[in-house]
Amino acid sequence: MKTLIDKAQVTLPSDTEVRVTRDFRASRDLVWQAHTDPKLVRRWMLGPPGWSMPVCEMDVRTGGAYLWRWRSDESGKIFGFHGDYREVDMPAKILNAEYYDPGDLGGAMDTSQPAIIDTRFTERDGITSLVMVMEFASKAIRDATVSTGMTDGMEMGYQRLDKLFAERHGD
Amino acid sequence: MTPSQRLDATFAALADPTRRAILARLAQGEASVAELAEPFEMSQPAISKHLKVLEKAGLISTAQSAQRRPRKIEAAPLADANAWIEGYRKFWERRYSALDELLGQLQVAPPKSKRIRH
Repeated sequence: MKTLIDKAQVTLPSDTEVRVTRDFRASRDLVWQAHTDPKLVRRWMLGPPGWSMPVCEMDVRTGGAYLWRWRSDESGKIFGFHGDYREVDMPAKILNAEYYDPGDLGGAMDTSQPAIIDTRFTERDGITSLVMVMEFASKAIRDATVSTGMTDGMEMGYQRLDKLFAERHGD
Repeated sequence: MTPSQRLDATFAALADPTRRAILARLAQGEASVAELAEPFEMSQPAISKHLKVLEKAGLISTAQSAQRRPRKIEAAPLADANAWIEGYRKFWERRYSALDELLGQLQVAPPKSKRIRH
């Protein structure tokens, strides 16, 4: 019997990809529903702490589109993602192209090219495994995305990381 | 090197299975080039090449004092590489913890509107 991956795992399968894996104690139908019903998605698709999700529109079918926006409760700043569904195979697979919209955050990231996100859902013994592979247009964009971490607000991103490293390395 | 260049060097150095095996060996304690070459079907110069890549990435260092110049592992770049991904991992885990909770609620009271039919 396989071990339950009850904490998200992140790996870098190639220079341009990020792979996120996680198991859930729920049926695949339910996990699928939580990923495709916008009313449910906005309850867990959290932005950075202190950000709410005022816009969550999703038309989950092949050729459909989606729009997600987060807003800082404090500054009112907005950023988001939007994209389109290239392949939707309920309840097993979602393949979508995702564009980052930096909104009020600015930043130097190239946002012209989408990330291609391949999400698979499999169920075994009442456990649903999610495997999401995100392929970015370049290594630089992949690295920038991972670096934002987004744990403490995306604005901080690189600056915070640079500071952390400077402290550790004494330069 | 900037922090992102440093991470590039770390990941590039880790991208090779021989170098990962060398690091695994050095994680158990320092070793000379000859000792490191032993488990591999490789010449000492070939191993030295890998050691140079690892050293350039700051993943190992050479003790200059001793005659056999043993190599030793340096933990900081690996810790940075972990920290780099860890922020992103935590970001997703925060979402998935919320999803766990939502799934729990849905199992108690499944929403009636959008049943999935096969």
